[in-house]
Amino acid sequence: MTSVSPAQSADAFSAARSPAATSVSRWRAWPHLWLAVVWLALLAVPFVAPNAYVVSLANMALINLILVASLNLLMGYAGQISLSHAGFFGLGAYASGVLNVKLGVTPWLGLPAAALISAAAAWVIGLPALRLRGHYLSMATLGWNAILVVLFNQLVNLTGGPNGLLGVQPFALGGFKLDTEARAFPLVWLVSLLVMLAILNLLRSRVGRALRAVATNELGADAVGIDSFRTKLVVFVLSAAMAGIAGSLYVHVNQYASPETFGVATSILLIVVVAIGGSGTFWGPLLGALMYTALPQILLDYEDAELMLFGLGMLIVLIVFPGGLARVPQALARVFTARRRS
Amino acid sequence: MNGRVSGGVNGNLLQVDGLTCRFAGVVAVADLSFGVRAGEIKAVIGPNGAGKSTLFNMIAGVTRANAGEIRFDGARIDHLPTFVRARRGIARTFQNLQIFRDMSVVENVMVGRHLRGSAGVAQAILHGPSLHKEERAIAAAAMDLLDRFGLADKAQMQAGALSFGQLKILELARALACAPRLLLLDEPAAGLPHADADRMSEIISGLNREGMTVLLVEHNMRMVMALSHDILVLNNGRRIAEGTADEVRRHPEVLAAYLGETEDA
Repeated sequence: MTSVSPAQSADAFSAARSPAATSVSRWRAWPHLWLAVVWLALLAVPFVAPNAYVVSLANMALINLILVASLNLLMGYAGQISLSHAGFFGLGAYASGVLNVKLGVTPWLGLPAAALISAAAAWVIGLPALRLRGHYLSMATLGWNAILVVLFNQLVNLTGGPNGLLGVQPFALGGFKLDTEARAFPLVWLVSLLVMLAILNLLRSRVGRALRAVATNELGADAVGIDSFRTKLVVFVLSAAMAGIAGSLYVHVNQYASPETFGVATSILLIVVVAIGGSGTFWGPLLGALMYTALPQILLDYEDAELMLFGLGMLIVLIVFPGGLARVPQALARVFTARRRS
Repeated sequence: MNGRVSGGVNGNLLQVDGLTCRFAGVVAVADLSFGVRAGEIKAVIGPNGAGKSTLFNMIAGVTRANAGEIRFDGARIDHLPTFVRARRGIARTFQNLQIFRDMSVVENVMVGRHLRGSAGVAQAILHGPSLHKEERAIAAAAMDLLDRFGLADKAQMQAGALSFGQLKILELARALACAPRLLLLDEPAAGLPHADADRMSEIISGLNREGMTVLLVEHNMRMVMALSHDILVLNNGRRIAEGTADEVRRHPEVLAAYLGETEDA
């Protein structure tokens, strides 16, 4: 039993240091190291890829990663289910794309503009919608995604309507256009790294702890002075901004966008991908995004059965590993130790 | 008693006046007035259904009063949401624990330290040296609290894996991490075996010796009588007695309320 030391007052804490606390911060450095290792390895993709098609898949996988990771931040860590993530993705794509096509704005400005416009929209939608809980939040965001798709289709003068937005310029460095898969890759690589780093840093901070606290126990979070609503709103806005960034990358790398990419179906699929990767894990979105991008390509040979096999694959993963792919090592370790004990 | 704690109305840190709460016609708390002096341990006791929990929830901000005023450090707080009351300096524990189970033990306490940090989203994302320093200070403070309560070796464990008694102490540590001026304890001994309840008593009295003002609702009479400077006895939402342990113990209405409890129910 520990004795209560009378000298310590509640205010003396901030100056205090203990050896155990330094070990906490050392343990903290590891995910950053892993992030560096994985992204250095990814840098080899354009060199080892057999053809441009594989590089284009890598670009798409990293753009999907931004989408899945930002949704995971909102859903996995902050516990808020949004069905409008594809909508914010589309808003970013059309914002950046339309600015470029209609006004000749460079993608370098289009990308931050896409982030800001998606964030502003999320703020306006989040103010009423985040007061709703559980299924009602999902329904409100689903409605918002449906409205966005209608706008993408109907504002033909701006968006090109159902035919899609044509003539979008690629990113360019001076006169050097990033208009091939291999040329676009370093940019997508860098932006996805920065997004992952931002998420990691956020999670390892006071804000990250607050949003996880709100997700697990709002009463408890309230009791220590956390403004639950504001916390949810901040994460919602941030994740929408990241989806907007993904949209801008998407539209300038593909030089095209069309409304069906950003529908409610995509929003639903993204939620499933978060769950498959491992909701509330840092590496889950990478695994989920890889599977989400690669699986349809592998299944192309099966033509009509493709969608069915894709759904079946997702079902099997979620039934065998309900915690998602990122928790497979933990699950296996648990099985292994249990066997050894018996 | 302690220079850090400033007094409010009549030197009371917490002042409750004419507080009333009705649920669908049933009066849970009726026109209740009392104060908690800075530096004292005050207990609220009473038979089941006396209105203790409702009173506690109104002070913490979970339940709204129908009438009356609650003042903390002289300022009205009855219209404020819970998190703002926490920011003013009121921390609490829960009768049925509200722990962040998926987070580690030390992270639970670090969340309690939330208000002592100032980093926003942008600073968190950029993770500059000032954030590093702040995070380090938060972690150090949390570890010191765990160390003090003998949970330091469990710091990296998932909180959900702790025993019930350890969770109660963890919740207290989390509340203390807020560096509150008033600590609200909702049945701190409930569900604890004798030895653990005694240890909880020791912890609470230790905190009080350092100047912490405590308001507790508790069924464990041994704890209440041993700890409290002042006891408020409620029955049917009204005050029937208020005073020291000895005064309350001999009060005829208190005796009647406790003996007559089975008839009321």
